[in-house]
Amino acid sequence: MDYAGIVDNCMTVGDLQQGDMAVVKSFLGGLDSQSRFMEMGILPGVELRLVKFAPLGGTIELKVRDYYVSIRQQDALNIVIEN
Amino acid sequence: MNAAKVSWVALIGNPNSGKTAIFNLLTGMNQKVSNYPGITVEKKVGKGQFNDGTIYHLLDFPGTYSLTPESIDERIVTEQVLHWIHGKNPPAVIVSVVDATNLSRNLYLTTQLLDLGIPIVVALNMMDLIDQTKNIDPLSLDNWLGAAAVVPMSALKNNGLNKLKDQVQASIHTKPVNNDIFPLEVKKPLEKILLPITSLLYTKLGYAPRFAAAQALRLITRKSTLGLYNSAIQEEQKIDSITVSKIEDLRSVAIKKIEKAGLKPSSLEAMLRYQWLDENLAQKQYDLKNQIRKIHASEKIDQILTHRWLGPGIFIGLLYFIFQSIFSFASIPMDWIEAGVGWLSRGALTLVPESNFRGLLIDGIIAGIGSIIIFLPQIVILMFFLTLLEDSGYMARVAFMLDRGMRKIGLHGRSVLPLMSGYACAIPGVMSTRTIDNWKERLITMLILPLMSCSARLPVYALMIGAFIPPITVGYIFGLQGLMMVVMYFIGTVTALILAKIFSLWIKSEGKSSFVMEMPPYRLPILRSVFRQVFIRTKLFLFNAGKIILAISIILWFLASFPKTDKKGNHTTIHNSFAGKIGHTIEPAIQPLGFDWKVGIALITSFAAREVLVSTMATIYNVENTGDDMVQLSDAMKNDINLSTGLPVFTPLVAVSLMVFYVYAAQCMATFAIIRRETNTWKWPLFMIIYMNVLAYLLSFLVYQGGLWLGFS
Repeated sequence: MDYAGIVDNCMTVGDLQQGDMAVVKSFLGGLDSQSRFMEMGILPGVELRLVKFAPLGGTIELKVRDYYVSIRQQDALNIVIEN
Repeated sequence: MNAAKVSWVALIGNPNSGKTAIFNLLTGMNQKVSNYPGITVEKKVGKGQFNDGTIYHLLDFPGTYSLTPESIDERIVTEQVLHWIHGKNPPAVIVSVVDATNLSRNLYLTTQLLDLGIPIVVALNMMDLIDQTKNIDPLSLDNWLGAAAVVPMSALKNNGLNKLKDQVQASIHTKPVNNDIFPLEVKKPLEKILLPITSLLYTKLGYAPRFAAAQALRLITRKSTLGLYNSAIQEEQKIDSITVSKIEDLRSVAIKKIEKAGLKPSSLEAMLRYQWLDENLAQKQYDLKNQIRKIHASEKIDQILTHRWLGPGIFIGLLYFIFQSIFSFASIPMDWIEAGVGWLSRGALTLVPESNFRGLLIDGIIAGIGSIIIFLPQIVILMFFLTLLEDSGYMARVAFMLDRGMRKIGLHGRSVLPLMSGYACAIPGVMSTRTIDNWKERLITMLILPLMSCSARLPVYALMIGAFIPPITVGYIFGLQGLMMVVMYFIGTVTALILAKIFSLWIKSEGKSSFVMEMPPYRLPILRSVFRQVFIRTKLFLFNAGKIILAISIILWFLASFPKTDKKGNHTTIHNSFAGKIGHTIEPAIQPLGFDWKVGIALITSFAAREVLVSTMATIYNVENTGDDMVQLSDAMKNDINLSTGLPVFTPLVAVSLMVFYVYAAQCMATFAIIRRETNTWKWPLFMIIYMNVLAYLLSFLVYQGGLWLGFS
């Protein structure tokens, strides 16, 4: 299913500020890293916290489950969160 | 099972789960590192001993998060697993290494391994870091997982190892429990959709029902799993192209049905497994919700180490500290080695009677080898620091901080580690690029990697700087010599980054780049394993480089010592020797760079390996020196006078020009052989050899001629 267009106004991980917590709702279509995210336990229903932005930007650090992981901001825009 | 046959055990786990530490503890020094055929992924095999003295073999696999073949490391593991399933030498037991502090994500892989029908012993590592209140009950774990055993342990504290060995041994002859039921709850409609694939795998390939179901699920989720079957066609009799295309057809049909049912095929496996894991872990009072609120000690450390301003500053400071210490700490053991080599050659002088052999021994072998082992302390220090940064978890932070910059020039945050390894040696650096999934980013990383000044350049820089750059202090704290060294590393690195950008503009991209990188907790590196790593790398360097250096030193000694007399029977000097003639022939070409014929010989021999420059110069000066004493190489170079001009052969400007040449020149043939293997074509290595040597000549020319023009000498 292609979500493009339907979810124009939805919140994504890209909207989070440092320290914010959110629950993953879905992934936007066409995200290559999606399967990799899911294998690492980042999937719908899972709660995450934005730990920090990289000093020079571009990447963010999240806490998911028991561990810390860094992803790119452009990928974060494709992780939809529950409002 | 044949009792006389030694059983073998596979070690599989997530990256950062402490797998390597467990491997080292179990095998001690009884390990052999080799490569998988065709690719340069390290294959580590070791011999272990059970508590009753029985010997077993242990095979360490690259760290992986799942049994899907996305990166090369993962491909190794999944290919092996498929071979085992098809009956090719399966292990007696699989030890699934699990980080107890990160249970759910680590157990994901364990659940995949449990499907294989091979006894699984879970090594529940890092139990020392679990707070007592959480109290994971290993017994209840093995019950619902269906593992042969769950052994709580700590590789760091060396706890639980004997228990692990006992459980592994006890599991060798057991049949895995729970093997015919697929433990995940595959709901009815999905089960029905998967059934055609499952039954094909069951009937055609003889898979056990549980593995057939798991594999069907994986085939739907990841296309790369299908690719695995395609490449297995050539290697295995069990699989033929008809079966594979049948699987492919069934797969497309199933995917359509799943999409129609409103599910996402690409997320099926992960959803099902994590659902199952999370439910079961929740029943064990394992609260996921609270975990993300907890601030781990590493996060507090990162408030400084990846701080907006402090983070990048600390990284640069660390680099500077490492390179300064290469000079200052290393000088003491270097003095000892120098004294030892001098003692050895004086000993040879008194013990061995005057002969050609003595000449070869002292001026060829001892001078050649001696000039190289003197740089060993510096190489060891560099490797020590790099291993420390890697094992502590700091390198992941570096990738996190630098990904944006790296991406701008066509690289990946994960390119940082290979590039930094390149400071030690390009070869392991090239190998570690395999963690970069995207081919374009990986290729560019390899293309520029040899420009990172490796430890083989260190002897060249050290010799030139030690002899020609005055040991003065500038700006109160910076030693000029250390600064010069940093400059050499710096120009190589900066050129590499500029070229990366240029290459990224004309190399075609395949597939999207992704970046999902675990930030492992900071861990105090296990010193024993750091030293082992340094020892193994140093040994490799010494033996690989040593062989080449010894051979070249001997050949060179002959070329430089003969013919002993000319046609008229006069005693000749090195100028008229074979080596001298070669050097004089190429001298016109390198004169614009400030190099004389002696350097010319060294440039040729350096094609085998860069550090050979030093031993070449040592051999040449020792042969030239008519006395029997070994000459101090740097003194000999300082005192060398050009007979026609009356000026010194080597000046600070020549030294800088020579160093710049060595920053850029493509000289280490071993590196290009590895890159040829990794890229599977000569196209890229040849391209590198050309671009690097052109750069070397041009920039060295600019430095020397520009320097002369500015009035330097």
